[in-house]
Amino acid sequence: MKDEIYKALVEIVGEEFVSNRKEELYIYSRDSGLSDPSFPDFVVMPKTVEEVQKIVQLANREKIPLVPAGASLTLSGLTIPQRGGIVLDMRRMDRILELNRRGRYIVIEAGVTQGKLQSFLEENCPDLCHSLPEAPPSATVVGNLLIHGQGNLTQPYGFNSSMVTGLEVVLPTGQICRIGSCSLSPYWFSIEPLPYLAGLFLGWFGTTGIVTKLGLKLFPKKKLRDVELFVLEDPNLLVEAIYRITHTEMAEDVTTIAQPYPLMFRGTIMIGIYITGDTEEELEFKRKIIWESLGEIIKAKEGGFMALMPEMKKGLLEKPMSSLTRTADILKGGGFVYCGAIIPIEKFPDALRKLVEIAERNGITYAHSGRVIGRGHCMMFAFAFPFNRGDPESMKKAKKALHESYAATLEIGGVPWKPGAEEQKMILEKMDRGTVELIGKIKALLDPNGIMNPGNWEVRL
Amino acid sequence: MADKTFQLKFDRNLCESCATYDCLTRCQYMEIDVETAGKEIRKLINGEDSSVLHNCVTCYACEEYCKKGNHPFYLITDLQEKKGILPAPKPIVKQWVNLAIPTKKDIPHFYGAQEPVISLCLFPEYVKTIQGKLFEGVSIVLGRHFFCQLVYLHFGKPSLIRERLPKIIENIANHGFKEVIFFHDECYSTFTSYANAYGIDVPFRPVHFFEYLYNRLKELKGEIRPLNLKIAYQRNCSTRLTPEKEHYLDKIFDLIGVERVERKYDRENALCCGGIIRSLQKYDLFVDVQRRNVEDMVKAKAEYCVFNCPACYSSLAERVTKAGIKPIMLHELCKLALAGRENYEG
Repeated sequence: MKDEIYKALVEIVGEEFVSNRKEELYIYSRDSGLSDPSFPDFVVMPKTVEEVQKIVQLANREKIPLVPAGASLTLSGLTIPQRGGIVLDMRRMDRILELNRRGRYIVIEAGVTQGKLQSFLEENCPDLCHSLPEAPPSATVVGNLLIHGQGNLTQPYGFNSSMVTGLEVVLPTGQICRIGSCSLSPYWFSIEPLPYLAGLFLGWFGTTGIVTKLGLKLFPKKKLRDVELFVLEDPNLLVEAIYRITHTEMAEDVTTIAQPYPLMFRGTIMIGIYITGDTEEELEFKRKIIWESLGEIIKAKEGGFMALMPEMKKGLLEKPMSSLTRTADILKGGGFVYCGAIIPIEKFPDALRKLVEIAERNGITYAHSGRVIGRGHCMMFAFAFPFNRGDPESMKKAKKALHESYAATLEIGGVPWKPGAEEQKMILEKMDRGTVELIGKIKALLDPNGIMNPGNWEVRL
Repeated sequence: MADKTFQLKFDRNLCESCATYDCLTRCQYMEIDVETAGKEIRKLINGEDSSVLHNCVTCYACEEYCKKGNHPFYLITDLQEKKGILPAPKPIVKQWVNLAIPTKKDIPHFYGAQEPVISLCLFPEYVKTIQGKLFEGVSIVLGRHFFCQLVYLHFGKPSLIRERLPKIIENIANHGFKEVIFFHDECYSTFTSYANAYGIDVPFRPVHFFEYLYNRLKELKGEIRPLNLKIAYQRNCSTRLTPEKEHYLDKIFDLIGVERVERKYDRENALCCGGIIRSLQKYDLFVDVQRRNVEDMVKAKAEYCVFNCPACYSSLAERVTKAGIKPIMLHELCKLALAGRENYEG
């Protein structure tokens, strides 16, 4: 049977782009996180939507699990094929199809990487940019949107997934459909005002269909960019400080950092405030407004702006920040996992307390980084733990701490971001029963044979 | 405990008999006339609260303005701490306090460093600059166990200097060095001015970087290619504690053929780079001080702005660059003169 499937896949995409060789399947059996590995039977790299359609039809007919994957960088095992089957590596579909400069949107295929899009925009329209996540340049743009990723423009404009202007999707039955203005017009400018069908595919981890094309909002890119770090000790004051900073509407990005290393940072919390401008005057105006907004906290000596050494500033301004890899490698051995908790900002003090408790309880170190989403509507709070891949004990401790962080997120009223299969179960257990049933019904309707990324958002009706 | 051991050598009679109160009247950041200065000085020497304790930007300059050597700045910082007056916000102070906690063990790597030895303080990024003919045969040491701790004068925590300094001195002495060249002016001033003011023994000879550069340049005189540049010099705060070595600077400039431009904010009238003023969260003053300083450099037609302090460089380099002036560290300028401008890759 496997031979027949292999031949059928070769028929669709050509021999060069199908593999059932152990050494190649190995790569797709794991990600950089701590999830247990699980091998697929095949990996296939389609080039066109028609090829995707044929693969889906084959899988649906033969009831073979199908796992769509970008660069597989979620760290939570979302593209690990838990029940074998076919991994659909989308990275050959990497064309940038349309740039509408005046309409500030771009249409791309699912395999376009963050690095490719960033370079394309810098070269072709340096006054526009997309919301770039703190992910390696090899991460795919569509992958980030499908897991409700965040980026440097998340503070003014919300989750990156709210920047989608159109979708082309191959449904689990093989039907191709378009969502948004592109379903009735040649222009991919908006999802609204039609029924909000994009919600059927964003945040579902590939369990409801395969996105092959996507329209994405672009935003003005200012010529100058700078960063300030505001330092506090009291986590309760951070909530107030972020409220004041976001009220000014002067910041492009607002991030948070709390970590015990380097020693200098221990016991303090930092808010990264990014400002942009087309002129020095614009930049200085924004800087001054932000300084003034925090005047009372400064006057009370409870917080202040840190003097940034050039190297540190350079690192903070890098897009994406490669310095994060050094933080991740603090224990050496290159391991790093995190639970990204989406929480109300007022829960920051609770989350930080939990993070420190979890780290202490498990005898490991931690690093927190976070990002404000919307004008303070919520934030991503990362419970992050470095570990040493060469030390099984270190991995075990990090895994336990990670699990406890997911539990803590739910306990304080937050929602875990891009949870792995085990953590999805924790979420579904706590979730309103009506909502769980709705998830189950939608999945059953779209994917009647249950082939799409099985093990994820799994509901028994 | 440290405070009980090390007391400031301060003679109140010298202040009481002072007619000019230069320490306060010459301050560039507080507007104080002679009459007010007298009142405020009396408060300070009596250990009372004074506006000076709240408004001081910790530029160190009053140490130089006092020609009687009575340490007004050290008195101010001791009183700030005694009265719990923090010049900077608490979290900023905390970060600085954390920065230089001496770790449990010294770095064995530096055992084996041989004289002449240069201490690079906490500036590892400058290791790669200490090379070439100018530094032939020189060993480098750096890190927390060589960090002088003087920075706490800025943050109302001078007792921390006296608490940590003896251990730092002991560590350096344990290496057996008879002389240590201090790259950072602040270190030199700690082991000379500050240690002396508090009666802290230093069992090695601190050598200022200027002195080393001057002597080495003299040895290499035949290889120097005069730069024929106009430069503005940016003094850093701790140079106010040890003005006696400033003469080396003019000699160095003469040797390498640069003209130190005459300008308003130089020598005793120098302005702070602004870095510490920003750290004290006085943003408007920071902007104003940097603006006046750089405008002064431009007006004097300086082509380069020369720094001897990495922190000043960090604070001011971007602004001078935007004004069309090239920022450069002093030793890089010296290397430039040895290599020739066309060969310089600094």
